[in-house]
Amino acid sequence: MTATDALSKGQDTQDIPARSETGGISALSIDGVSHAYGPRKALIDVGFTVAPASFTALLGLNGAGKSTLFSLITRLFGIQQGHIGIFGHDIAQAPGEALRLLGVVFQPRTLDLDLSVTQNLLYHAALHGIGRRDARERSSEVLTRIGLADRASSKVRDLSGGQMRRLEIARALLHRPRLLLLDEATVGLDVKARADILMHVRRLVSEQGIGVLWATHLFDEITASDALVVLHQGRILARGQVARVVAEAGAPDLNAAFMRLTAGAADLGSAA
Amino acid sequence: MSSTTVPAQPRGFSVAQYVTCLNGIVWREGLRFLHQRERFVSALVRPLVWLFIFAAGFRQVLGISIIPPYETYILYEVYITPGLMAMIQLFNGMQSSLSMVYDREMGNMRTLLVSPLPRWYLLFCKLFAGTAVSLLQVYAFLLIAWFWDIEPPPLGYLTVLPALALSGLMLGALGMLISSGIRQLENFAGVMNFVIFPMFFASSALYPLWRVQEGSPMLYYVCLLNPFTHAVELIRFALYGQVNWISLAVVGGCTMTFMIGAVLAYDPSRGLIRRGPAGGET
Repeated sequence: MTATDALSKGQDTQDIPARSETGGISALSIDGVSHAYGPRKALIDVGFTVAPASFTALLGLNGAGKSTLFSLITRLFGIQQGHIGIFGHDIAQAPGEALRLLGVVFQPRTLDLDLSVTQNLLYHAALHGIGRRDARERSSEVLTRIGLADRASSKVRDLSGGQMRRLEIARALLHRPRLLLLDEATVGLDVKARADILMHVRRLVSEQGIGVLWATHLFDEITASDALVVLHQGRILARGQVARVVAEAGAPDLNAAFMRLTAGAADLGSAA
Repeated sequence: MSSTTVPAQPRGFSVAQYVTCLNGIVWREGLRFLHQRERFVSALVRPLVWLFIFAAGFRQVLGISIIPPYETYILYEVYITPGLMAMIQLFNGMQSSLSMVYDREMGNMRTLLVSPLPRWYLLFCKLFAGTAVSLLQVYAFLLIAWFWDIEPPPLGYLTVLPALALSGLMLGALGMLISSGIRQLENFAGVMNFVIFPMFFASSALYPLWRVQEGSPMLYYVCLLNPFTHAVELIRFALYGQVNWISLAVVGGCTMTFMIGAVLAYDPSRGLIRRGPAGGET
């Protein structure tokens, strides 16, 4: 299959069932979602699913529409067209049920810098209706797991960039979600911090069965066995297992496959 | 990839969860307030400057006749005290809205908005927390004013509490509504010029309305239409154990209106949808 074929396949309007390929219910199902800021279209007929206990990479350059998609999944923006479901709960119809199963790490830091590490976690727990005693136990548990137990009383302002990101991940896990969204979670971090965070997230998938949607523009964060969604200029160019996407694009590696896919999109764009 | 069923979870939220959420938001606002000591000091200095300097200077110029709820002649300082209490709440409401714009720009607001609890309730909690902080400021002001011989009836300190709560909610809801329409922090200076100052000066906070009517009938009607005037009068009467029913109705109605407006403005399908993503995001 050529890059253009792969592109066309990606652009097909397919029924995106709320069920994963194995027949179980999808952790995340996105179906025919389009979004525009005035005349500018940020997302065009986007559809894919994320299976439970899977790592799905959402690959796209800056401006691809990843953050817009995250804002729609988390209900920061209203859905203009299409449907988004989290474990079968429609985000527009049953936001409470859907958001309860969702943990999010946004691209910009969303921690309160003036509060301590524990205070940030307790605040998040309260927003999910988790009582103080339970919240303290969970906080101490997640802090131990991410290696920040000794910084529990530190002001967030005093943490390094990597520690802040780990704390955000810990916070996103505090209410025990089944789906975790991470939007460019390693941006601005050094190589070691990036590797640590990525390893931690992959462990969440394998050990705790959490479904992960990992938005990135960095190819080296994606492995051949990951599920992949390529988003470019608001459109999905390809989706499937990385190895399959690469093979279908007729490329030697993901980097080359991405270049071919996006070049194909540019060709289509100029032809149109 | 493994298949799975929908994780078992209770539907809806219990009362205890709603209360936990409210406590958490109030606790966080309180912590932030305590961490920002300069905010507390400036919130107190502003009305105290008016009380100690402005009122002392104008005491001889501005005579106050006997008007309800007062039963005798009063000093000008006594007259403007309710207005200054409302001023604290006005600034606090706008400060809260400033912090919401800041939180939205910095991303902190997302933490609140992705909570699974209903958004109207989250906004109400935020409003409630801001009002609670303003009550602390007002009572601290009253304590200092007491040493300046501003001594309302002892019971007035209690009877004014519901009035302060309602006026705090109204001004906080107004601030929240305004914050929903402000795209950038830099635009907030306009709020000072177009909201805070006109609301404060075109009210009964500094001078009784009969005086305004003598000077400018048109301004008198503007003052009458200004909800801040009614917040001041509600507080003034409550401080003396009385209820100004018209002001109560206006403040209650405005609180509901502003609150509904803010909830609609922060509704993802109405308000935030019209905005683009935050800077640097796509």
